[in-house]
Amino acid sequence: MPTILSIKDLRKAYDGGFEALKGVSLEIDEGEIIALLGPNGAGKTTLISTVCGITMPTSGSVTVAGFDILRDFRQARSLIGLVPQEIALEPFERVINTVRFSRGLFGKGRKDAAVEDILRRLSLWDKRDSQIRALSGGMKRRVLIAKALAHEPRVLFLDEPTAGVDVELRKDMWEIVEGLRADGVTTILTTHYIEEAEAIADRVGVINKGEILLVEDKDKLMARMGQKQLNVQLTTQLDAVPEALGGYDLTLGDEGWTLIYSYDTKSERTGITKLLTDVAGVGLQLRDVVTRQSSLEDIFVSLVKEPEGSA
Amino acid sequence: MNWSAISAIYVFEMARFFRTIAQSLISPVLSTSLYFVVFGAAIGSRIDEVEGVSYGAFIVPGLIMLTVMTQAISNASFGIYFPKFIGTIYELLSAPINFLEIVMGYVGAAATKAMFIGIIILITSFFFVDIQIQNPLAMVLFLVLTCVSFALFGFIIGIWAGNFEQLQLVPLLIVTPLVFLGGSFYSISMLPPVWQTISMFNPVVYLISGFRWAFFGVADVHIGMSLLAIAGFTGLCLGAVWWIFKTGWRIRQ
Repeated sequence: MPTILSIKDLRKAYDGGFEALKGVSLEIDEGEIIALLGPNGAGKTTLISTVCGITMPTSGSVTVAGFDILRDFRQARSLIGLVPQEIALEPFERVINTVRFSRGLFGKGRKDAAVEDILRRLSLWDKRDSQIRALSGGMKRRVLIAKALAHEPRVLFLDEPTAGVDVELRKDMWEIVEGLRADGVTTILTTHYIEEAEAIADRVGVINKGEILLVEDKDKLMARMGQKQLNVQLTTQLDAVPEALGGYDLTLGDEGWTLIYSYDTKSERTGITKLLTDVAGVGLQLRDVVTRQSSLEDIFVSLVKEPEGSA
Repeated sequence: MNWSAISAIYVFEMARFFRTIAQSLISPVLSTSLYFVVFGAAIGSRIDEVEGVSYGAFIVPGLIMLTVMTQAISNASFGIYFPKFIGTIYELLSAPINFLEIVMGYVGAAATKAMFIGIIILITSFFFVDIQIQNPLAMVLFLVLTCVSFALFGFIIGIWAGNFEQLQLVPLLIVTPLVFLGGSFYSISMLPPVWQTISMFNPVVYLISGFRWAFFGVADVHIGMSLLAIAGFTGLCLGAVWWIFKTGWRIRQ
């Protein structure tokens, strides 16, 4: 897949001297969904704002499909759609007019069929003549997405699209993003909901204090950093780990009804076969075997956690 | 030039105007009528003529200017301040448009609205007084330039304003006094000499004088000076807008 968005050593220092981005570099392929995870104030919104032209970079470069965001800002911005974090809409405007406005603003001629398609896709067609102030919060968010899609962008930025959104709408949003991917639209979303990244992203980037800590294929990331636990549930209760099994890193759980074995999925030999043979060897009967993978959340927390001793 | 964007902004802003068409039009028509009743009929009946023009007719150009200036400022300043206030400015900043195009959309719409209201007032005044326009072309030119330059000025105020109080501050504390003291309701020659001299420092005097000259052929200052003043003011506002565009002042960090 060709690279559609290329960010090189992007820095942004605000007037007060606060450095929101400290040399961010990121390459994003066409058609992928990438989730940027990070705590509040990590620089997620500043990164998006800078790429979209809302704030000016202090140094570094950004290109969208080869167009520089400063020198070729017209071509670059025409390719980008932005859904902001805060709901910002003209309260007295009608849904269809505000979407038409966005389309015109991005230099596309009036095309009612395209606007209708977007509104239908976002289940807004029935509300097209409603004033925005009459819509629910979830509907307003849909309007924001419709506005961002009005000019048929190739790259879509979703800045915390599901903050404060109910479960049903969140699922709908994920479906919308999936649908866009089918059309080849690249989606970059920021979130601090780990499950969101886990549910829809192809790659995950972790950003903290203006720096990208890691960008990796989501599955690989979870495989690489993921610790797995094997819970061996027994038919008899144990007081202690049998001596014959002393060679394994085992703990007792569930008041002695379970043996817990932690192992690394990336190592070639996990030792499960041998362990289970030995467990049977000491005469223990297995009731059930459960494995549990550590979630992205565990990985995330371990990445952004302050090293001990530092401030 | 992204004409589609300019027209999108223009249409969007005009839609706001037409959505509130009643209050957009009724209030200037009503207040103008009141001015005619108070100044034209009640007080004006005691004033014969000013420079050969009946007082009722004499105040018409000043009244139009008064309304057009305040309307152009308030429409343009509100037009750009409101997106800043509710946050929709993000869309303008992320769109493939430059600042000049944003200005053309907002200032164009604000100037059109002001002009619309100016024409309505002119029509209203025909019901109250007898007026003839000696130089229709000059009148239209002055009206258009005033609408555009004051809309530009309003746009700058809207960019500058950090809250609604500031949005009202400049029109209320500077523009309204200047317009009232700029000869809307009197000829500068009616003032004592000292105040005549002071009035010459009021830029609005030149605009009203020029506009009145277009109507009646009488003026406080030479028409050339009036043209120079309006051109200078327009140039000044354009310069300020250019500077904002270059620096991103108050809009793009």
